[in-house]
Amino acid sequence: MIDLSLYVALGMVGLAQLMAMVRLVIGPDTGDRILALDTMVINAIGLIILGGAIWGTQIYFESAMIFAMLGFVSTVAIARFVLRGDIIE
Amino acid sequence: MSLFIIVLLPFLGALLPGLMIRAGRQVCYTTTMLVTGAAAIGLATHAPAILRGETVTAKLDWLPGLGLNANLFLDPLGFMFAALILGIGLLIVAYARYYLSREDNMGEFYVYLLLFQGAMVGIVLSDNILLLLIFWELTSLSSFLLIGYWKHLPEGRQGARMALAVTGMGGLALIGGMLLLGQIAGSYDLTVILERRGQIQDSPLYLPALLLILLGCFTKSAQFPFHFWLPHAMAAPTPVSAYLHSATMVKAGLFLMARLWPVLSGTPEWTALVAGAGLLTMVLGALIAIFKHDLKALLAFSTVSHLGLITFLLGTGTAFGAMAAVFHILNHASFKAALFMSAGIVDHEAHTRDMRRLGGLRKLMPITFSIALLAGLSMAGIPLLNGFLSKEMMLEEATHTTLFGSPMLVTVAATVGALFSAAYSFRLIAHTYFGPERDDYPSHPHDPGAGMWLPPGLLIIPVVVIGLFPALAEPFVKLVTGAVIGNAAELPDAHLKIWHGLVPALWMSVIAVIGGALLLMAFRPLSKAWEAAPRPEAKAIFDDVIAGSVALSRGLTQRLHDGAFTRYAAIMVVTVVAIGAHAWFTGTAGLPTREMLPMTPIAVVAWAMLIAAAAFLVAAHRNRLAVLILMGIIGLMVSVGFNHFSAPDLALTQISVEVVTIILLLLALNFLPNRTPAESGAPRRIRDGVIALSGGAAAAGLIYTILMSDFPLGTISDYHLANSYKGGGGDNVVNVILVDFRGFDTFGEIIVLGIAALVIYALTETLLSSKVRARLLNRGYETEQAGDAHPLMMVVLTRVMMPVVLMVGVYIFLRGHNEPGGGFVAGLVVAIAVVMQYMASGFAWAARRQRYPYHGIIGAGVLVAGLTGIGSWFAGVPFLTSAFGYFRIPPMQEFELATAMGFDLGVFLAVVGAVMLSLESFSRLARRQDTEDSEYAMDIDPSRGAELVPGRAKEEN
Repeated sequence: MIDLSLYVALGMVGLAQLMAMVRLVIGPDTGDRILALDTMVINAIGLIILGGAIWGTQIYFESAMIFAMLGFVSTVAIARFVLRGDIIE
Repeated sequence: MSLFIIVLLPFLGALLPGLMIRAGRQVCYTTTMLVTGAAAIGLATHAPAILRGETVTAKLDWLPGLGLNANLFLDPLGFMFAALILGIGLLIVAYARYYLSREDNMGEFYVYLLLFQGAMVGIVLSDNILLLLIFWELTSLSSFLLIGYWKHLPEGRQGARMALAVTGMGGLALIGGMLLLGQIAGSYDLTVILERRGQIQDSPLYLPALLLILLGCFTKSAQFPFHFWLPHAMAAPTPVSAYLHSATMVKAGLFLMARLWPVLSGTPEWTALVAGAGLLTMVLGALIAIFKHDLKALLAFSTVSHLGLITFLLGTGTAFGAMAAVFHILNHASFKAALFMSAGIVDHEAHTRDMRRLGGLRKLMPITFSIALLAGLSMAGIPLLNGFLSKEMMLEEATHTTLFGSPMLVTVAATVGALFSAAYSFRLIAHTYFGPERDDYPSHPHDPGAGMWLPPGLLIIPVVVIGLFPALAEPFVKLVTGAVIGNAAELPDAHLKIWHGLVPALWMSVIAVIGGALLLMAFRPLSKAWEAAPRPEAKAIFDDVIAGSVALSRGLTQRLHDGAFTRYAAIMVVTVVAIGAHAWFTGTAGLPTREMLPMTPIAVVAWAMLIAAAAFLVAAHRNRLAVLILMGIIGLMVSVGFNHFSAPDLALTQISVEVVTIILLLLALNFLPNRTPAESGAPRRIRDGVIALSGGAAAAGLIYTILMSDFPLGTISDYHLANSYKGGGGDNVVNVILVDFRGFDTFGEIIVLGIAALVIYALTETLLSSKVRARLLNRGYETEQAGDAHPLMMVVLTRVMMPVVLMVGVYIFLRGHNEPGGGFVAGLVVAIAVVMQYMASGFAWAARRQRYPYHGIIGAGVLVAGLTGIGSWFAGVPFLTSAFGYFRIPPMQEFELATAMGFDLGVFLAVVGAVMLSLESFSRLARRQDTEDSEYAMDIDPSRGAELVPGRAKEEN
């Protein structure tokens, strides 16, 4: 049962990832694309954690943690770039 | 004193004059004298052993695997040269003390001089030919510095460059020749090579080795057709000319020919090349010298001529020739250095070296005159002076030498050379010192203080003493000759005597002296004719050759490497694909031997996204920011992929590298327009598309083949898996490879990384004060800027995250040896933690709180890694061998410590420093004069109450 639900979850997060990708492609402006990137990072964390649960390795969770910890930095940097131009001022 | 100390003393001592000059010129001079003097005394302690006929050796294995041993040996030949170098060195140091003016930086001069001295002593004491090559190159470099010492003179700089180009080229040839010689002889130790005469001369590689070695010797010793650099090197201060270009460096080529004489000489090739070049140089150099008006130019060409004479003597390949060569090296060093120094005195006092403006100095400068007279007559070959004796021996040897099938050729050429030589010597004395006194000298000349005339005066003593009592020098000359010829020939049964009877050589000498005097009498018309005659100008030819080769290489590089990235990417891809295709179609690739992995839906999704992102990237490539976002997506998917295919190390690295890359590119994008303009037409785009697709298809095909087939020889990873714990004490193979198996590579890489960061820093530093930056800062933003530069949300978030991220960094670092992680990833993670603060609170705020400069952190990293590597020497194992063990500190569990961790710490520091330095340099570029340095971490801070905005807060205060 747990296996099945994990696979279903995996499929749905994958689907979300694809949809975020679509948003990224169609835009229409940079703000949407940045949000799409951020969503994709979140989804990637989800994918990794689900994968870790399915295949039973803890190594996966560490990458998820690093993603969670550092993934937002790129988003923030790009957002700063759009807002201010200079990201370190 | 150990030979090592003798060689090292000048090098170590070279540090001192540069420091001591701050205490004054006299201190600086005394220190230099002490250094040279100490080395000379060290050499003198070996004199008794050398005179007994013993050889002193000192051995040290350096890189035995390459045949490179730091072995030194001192035999009579080396002793003679070392004594010349250090003895004349002492005189030159003393002379330069008074020669250099107050404007000249004496400390710098002595530093270069000592470096040169050390390199020169190294050449003559080396037992290993590879070690000799290193010193050989060092003399080229240090002489470059010395010739160009007067940096404000264009002649000095050009002369230095020419000397370096010619001798450097010769040095390259010599490296080739020496390697061949070592290959033939089966050893790089001179003492062994000198025993293998038959083996070397029978080898088919003998001729190429000989040609390359002679190329090195001829360029160094200014033999035709490479003689032209020496006169141009005379732009150097006179002490340098006297030291390098008469007594020592130019004799390095002669030394090497003498050193290798036992194994190389005696063949027809040797005689034709060496004796031929020597004879030609002797005559040509002497001819040109006659018509030079500059005292130093005359002496330069006369040096070329005398070097030719010695080369000729070595080239004859007879023991008598070798003996005459040794004797003339000694004699020439004494009288020529004295002449150079006297020319320097004239220049120093009269402020000109042009003989047309001199004359009549005999009475004005009696001491200088006596020195120049004795040395000049010795150079002319007048009896009772030492120059006569060795010149007689040369003429004697010439009558017995047959070259190019003609017995008369050598005799006539040698007589003509001696005649010219006498002529320029007479002219030097007559046109400088005799004749009427003039009243239009640029400065009124008189004899200088003893400090200046004493050094050349001391050199005159051997000129006269050996000239009168040649028997005094005979035992030593024979001893050295014995060392030159080794066991390849018998020591000649000849004696150094003034009177040999009415032999042909005497008549030749008489002809030369009388002819020389006659030539001088007819100087005016001859000089006119010489000036009128067309002559090839060596410097113009040299400049043309250099300009031609520069144009050629520039033409070639410009076509391949014209600054457009598309150009070299295209060239690279086409070349690689072509070579790969050739390999594919001519080689054999096995059929697929592996099963395909099952295709999971989630993998298909990831794969589809990668393709979609890449395709969209191509479509949207003109929008720079969109490209960056898409690159982020691709990086994300790649790191998820790494994770999925059991490469957690790579996944961690990929994630952190992505973040740093995006920050770096955003900093750069700040200076670029948002869109890339379209610059190429359709045909070009189609062409580039074809190239790109073929490159991509080739890479994909290759990877497919590799993934689907087994390696024929097994993979290297099996070895690493089996040995990683045994050899490196770690379970994480990736980390063990980085810090242990390939630790030396990693060491090199962190150095390169540090250099790259420093270069970025240097480039932005240069840009900071340039017009480019002003233009960049003055551009308007394409879109409006938001108001909040340092938003509260971001500041709070990054502060909270900082300790967490740092702790994770420490954790990843510490467990790196056994589980995914290590210094590199940890460095990136920590750098991101710091850069977050820069982004949140601004450059000025963060930089004020950063106490250690990033350059220092890089340096500390390289140092720590290097010291860890060196540490293993103390355990008696090679550089970077790691050791590990298990320890237990009571409250904690048992844990492992490996020396590799120290190394990893170095990697960590270097990565942090390099990443931060490059990011910081970029952001420094964007700062403006009017950027307000915020005192506060955030612009709007509720806790500051009314002082919501920094501007307003200031007004109220």
